[in-house]
Amino acid sequence: MGLITPGLGLVFWSALGFLIVLFLLTKFAWKPILAALDEREKIIDDALKSAEIARNEMANLKAENERIIHEAKIERDTMLLKASEAAKQMIEEAKEKAQLEGAKMIENAKATIETEKSAAIEDIKVQVGILSLAVAEKLLKRNFAEDAAQQKLVEELVKDIKLN
Amino acid sequence: MVRKFLCLSILLSIFWLGFSNSVQAAGDGESKTGFLIPHVMDNYEWHFATIGHTHVTLPLPVIIYSPDQGLEFFLSSDFQNHETHKFGKDYGVGGYYIDENYDLHALDELRTFYDFSITKNVMMMFIIIAILLYLMISTANHYKRLPGTAPKGIASFIEPIVIFVRDEIALTQIGHKHYRRFTPYLLTLFFFIWVGNLVGLFPEAGNLTGNIAFTLTLGVFTLILTVFNGNKGYWKHIFMPPGVPVLLLPIIVPVEIFGILTKPASLVVRLFVAITAGHIVILSFIALIFVFESLAVGVASTVMLVFINFIEILVATIQAYVFTLFTAMYVGTAVAEEDHH
Repeated sequence: MGLITPGLGLVFWSALGFLIVLFLLTKFAWKPILAALDEREKIIDDALKSAEIARNEMANLKAENERIIHEAKIERDTMLLKASEAAKQMIEEAKEKAQLEGAKMIENAKATIETEKSAAIEDIKVQVGILSLAVAEKLLKRNFAEDAAQQKLVEELVKDIKLN
Repeated sequence: MVRKFLCLSILLSIFWLGFSNSVQAAGDGESKTGFLIPHVMDNYEWHFATIGHTHVTLPLPVIIYSPDQGLEFFLSSDFQNHETHKFGKDYGVGGYYIDENYDLHALDELRTFYDFSITKNVMMMFIIIAILLYLMISTANHYKRLPGTAPKGIASFIEPIVIFVRDEIALTQIGHKHYRRFTPYLLTLFFFIWVGNLVGLFPEAGNLTGNIAFTLTLGVFTLILTVFNGNKGYWKHIFMPPGVPVLLLPIIVPVEIFGILTKPASLVVRLFVAITAGHIVILSFIALIFVFESLAVGVASTVMLVFINFIEILVATIQAYVFTLFTAMYVGTAVAEEDHH
């Protein structure tokens, strides 16, 4: 076997040895190692992906929260607005009602006064009648001798009559 | 690190045993640099050290198949002189002998036989296979034991390299659709060459990944993988290259067909040359110490050796990467979808 002439024996043993090593290592080393590496890379990939998803979800959640808070604020504002409007309206209504009530009362009072007044006038009329009768009676009782005395008496009597 | 200690020990031994003229490098011992080339070549025995007259070696099986005698088994030590541990024609067994250049011959030169010996490099390969299986199966066990956890221990060392080969070599060169099919092959290829290169840097280790037979085998696998996975577009590019004038086709098509072979061949030669050359450079610096037998050269050589060793560790990695990358690239062009162009 020379330096640059390949010996058949070594070619044979190299081929045999290499093929055996190739078979054994492929079966017992490379396949499990490569499978484990693939699996680990997959796990890392998955972890990175799920972290990304979680981050996105976080962001979504935050946005959602902000949205809810915003909506709540708007709702609160509208409610406050409505409440104040309602209050105003109520006050307004109360005022109106009060005015109406007042007017009614005045009306009633006026009517009462009117009634009382007419009643009083009726009363006066009756009184005047009674008085007139009394005067007439007195006059009748007296002597209608003197006109002047009669006149004087009438005047005195009329003076006594108080129309209220 | 080990070689550093070896270098230091060699340096010290020269310093303290400077009187001894008989200090000689490992190898054939005929000259002070003669160990160089045999050191990067394959051998029938695994020689570790020579201490005095004692040779520390691992005798390896010599397996020969011949049509007339069938399978025959010997030990490399059968072919050696028991005193000198030398091979030679005089020490033949069973009609075979190993010559001084570590070549196996039959005594009857007309006989045909095939040599399937478990040589030093084959032993090296068994060690590399054992290391690979241990490393990778313990890594795989980590994932089985503690699924879904961060890598620990060996797994934390292997995992980034696996991911690199998968993502930077397989995925970028072959593309999304097919890369999973070829990733196990490319991973095996990368780690086999890489661990082989690194283990080969140990002193007295076999130069498996710098052996042309080994690189040829891997190159042929790359060729087979490319040719058998070639789709319609790949073959169309070879036999009917688009945009080439008809007159040029008789030139371009043979070049393209030749290119099918030259691409893997470049891989074969590149790995062989890079690793063998690196070993020769390292051994040359060691040889310098024995040639000059001077303290200054010893110190300078040792410093250089440490430096070259670091470069070799780098080269070991780069060559494994390049071989894997180009294999992926060739396979990638074979399975590429047409609309990619």
